[in-house]
Amino acid sequence: MISALRWLLRRLALAVLVVLGAATVAFAALHLAPGDPVRAVIGTLNPSQDLVDRVRVDLGLDQPLATQYGQLLGRLVTGDLGESYQLHRPVAEVIASEIGWTAQLAMASLVLALAPSVLLAVTTAGRRPALRRLSTVLELITASSPTFWIGTLLLAVFSFRLRLFPAAGGDGIEGLVLPAAAQAVGLIGIFTQVLRQSMERALDEPFALSARARGTGETALRLRHALRHALIPVVTLSGWITGALFSGAVVVETVFSRPGLGRTLVTAILGRDLPVVIGVVVVAAALFTLINLVVDLLYRVVDPRLREQAA
Amino acid sequence: MTTLLTPVAATLPRARPALIAAWAVLGLLALAALWPDLLATAPPDAVDPASALAPIGPDHPFGADQLGRDVYSRVVHGARLSLLIGLGATTIAVSVGALLGVLAATAGRTADEVLMRITDVLLAFPGLLLALLVIAVLGPGPVNTTIALGLAAVPGYVRLSRGQALVVRESGYVRAAVVLGRSRAAIFFRHVLPNALPPVLVFATVDIGTALMASTSLSFLGLGPQPPTPEWGSMLAEGRDYLDSAWGLTVFPGLVVTVAVIACYVVGAHLRARFEGRTPGGR
Repeated sequence: MISALRWLLRRLALAVLVVLGAATVAFAALHLAPGDPVRAVIGTLNPSQDLVDRVRVDLGLDQPLATQYGQLLGRLVTGDLGESYQLHRPVAEVIASEIGWTAQLAMASLVLALAPSVLLAVTTAGRRPALRRLSTVLELITASSPTFWIGTLLLAVFSFRLRLFPAAGGDGIEGLVLPAAAQAVGLIGIFTQVLRQSMERALDEPFALSARARGTGETALRLRHALRHALIPVVTLSGWITGALFSGAVVVETVFSRPGLGRTLVTAILGRDLPVVIGVVVVAAALFTLINLVVDLLYRVVDPRLREQAA
Repeated sequence: MTTLLTPVAATLPRARPALIAAWAVLGLLALAALWPDLLATAPPDAVDPASALAPIGPDHPFGADQLGRDVYSRVVHGARLSLLIGLGATTIAVSVGALLGVLAATAGRTADEVLMRITDVLLAFPGLLLALLVIAVLGPGPVNTTIALGLAAVPGYVRLSRGQALVVRESGYVRAAVVLGRSRAAIFFRHVLPNALPPVLVFATVDIGTALMASTSLSFLGLGPQPPTPEWGSMLAEGRDYLDSAWGLTVFPGLVVTVAVIACYVVGAHLRARFEGRTPGGR
């Protein structure tokens, strides 16, 4: 118990370091960037020097870099991410209002990707060579198709030709289906491959033989026994999946004109809205470390051997 | 780890016809990139209002865009920029990554520890987010996109080449060089680096496809080459306004990206499979 607590504390400290590192890198990178953010904020072609100076003082950009960095860290501790240059709202508020949209999209995509992958893996693992070959080709195509293209194709077919779904926006389920499907397509190929490989390994394990000896049917063996083992590598991939879902959201939210963190980030980059860029990077870093921490925690729950090892 | 970077490569079709087709696609793309006029039927920026949004036909095999420019010719001319960004990004990633990775493996424990912890943190981030951050710093444009994608892929190559270098370091010839009293630098450049590099290069062939896909995504978002430059991602973004009337504007550039990426994956996976038996320690 004590060792588990110590392990958790160490990991939490590491997580804080990572977030701090992300904030530092983002801060350093953006202040090294060529171009004056003040002019980006004002936007007009030829602002008067007086206006430029006033805005600079307003944003605190006249302070020495060290002071600005200190202020950034100080504000971070209290959860204050500064104010957006372009939207004139607190960054934390912007992120809070957008993150739900992205999370909703990510969840829907995950479900839409996992369901067919599990089905494909269960039916093709270690048998049906023809179906398996077909599935392999499909996996290759889906994994090689850029998400923005899939999304545009879905729009062309389902929104413009069949008029089943709204082309942009749309509240609730019908606005979510196409974006989530666009994102899921790219994941299906990867999920199916990972699941099938680990499923084939599981079917070779002694427990599979013993289940067969007890007279368990092939379908029951696959669904009840092998699938559970096959899903573990997917848990391992959680960090990668979260990243893929976030990267996907950047593209999908633009294709479908959906609100969300991804589109906010792209807009902020194009408009040189530094506080928003730093804010999204810091929040993303916190999210990724948190997910990795939860995954490691889950492992320790699932596999008692790790508890002694890691302590 | 291999599965993390390009998860598809593990069980790609290795049949001969698929391989021949993939090489043919790459050859055609190279041709389009080097001498686009051989394949294109019109200059990429030849505006012709009379055939604006013309449907697919003998004059315009992929249709024409809102300014009457021939989509097929623009796709052909787009090959150069897209391939350059993909190749350039991979070159940056491999050279910086291999140098740092081999350095980590040979330069002693402190350097190794520091480099690998930083690499671990960066690996936790999705590549596209890193690339976006670099673009936020450098600004949009084709050169900056290349640098951004290259730098974003560096951590993966640090990991990979460090692993290779660790294997090479234990080999007989490196030990012999140490015994012979060669300098650290000589061992690094003459023995470890050249021998750790080939498997990394093989891996990179698969990654060119990934880089190509990422670069078109960034162009699609408006962060890469700016219009009217013909580039697959930005062509697709422009064509989105005409989904209802002229679907060829979006379908064909995307199709070419997909086919190109598949070809890179198939060829890369084949090269890797051939190489695997010969790598020290195997992968």
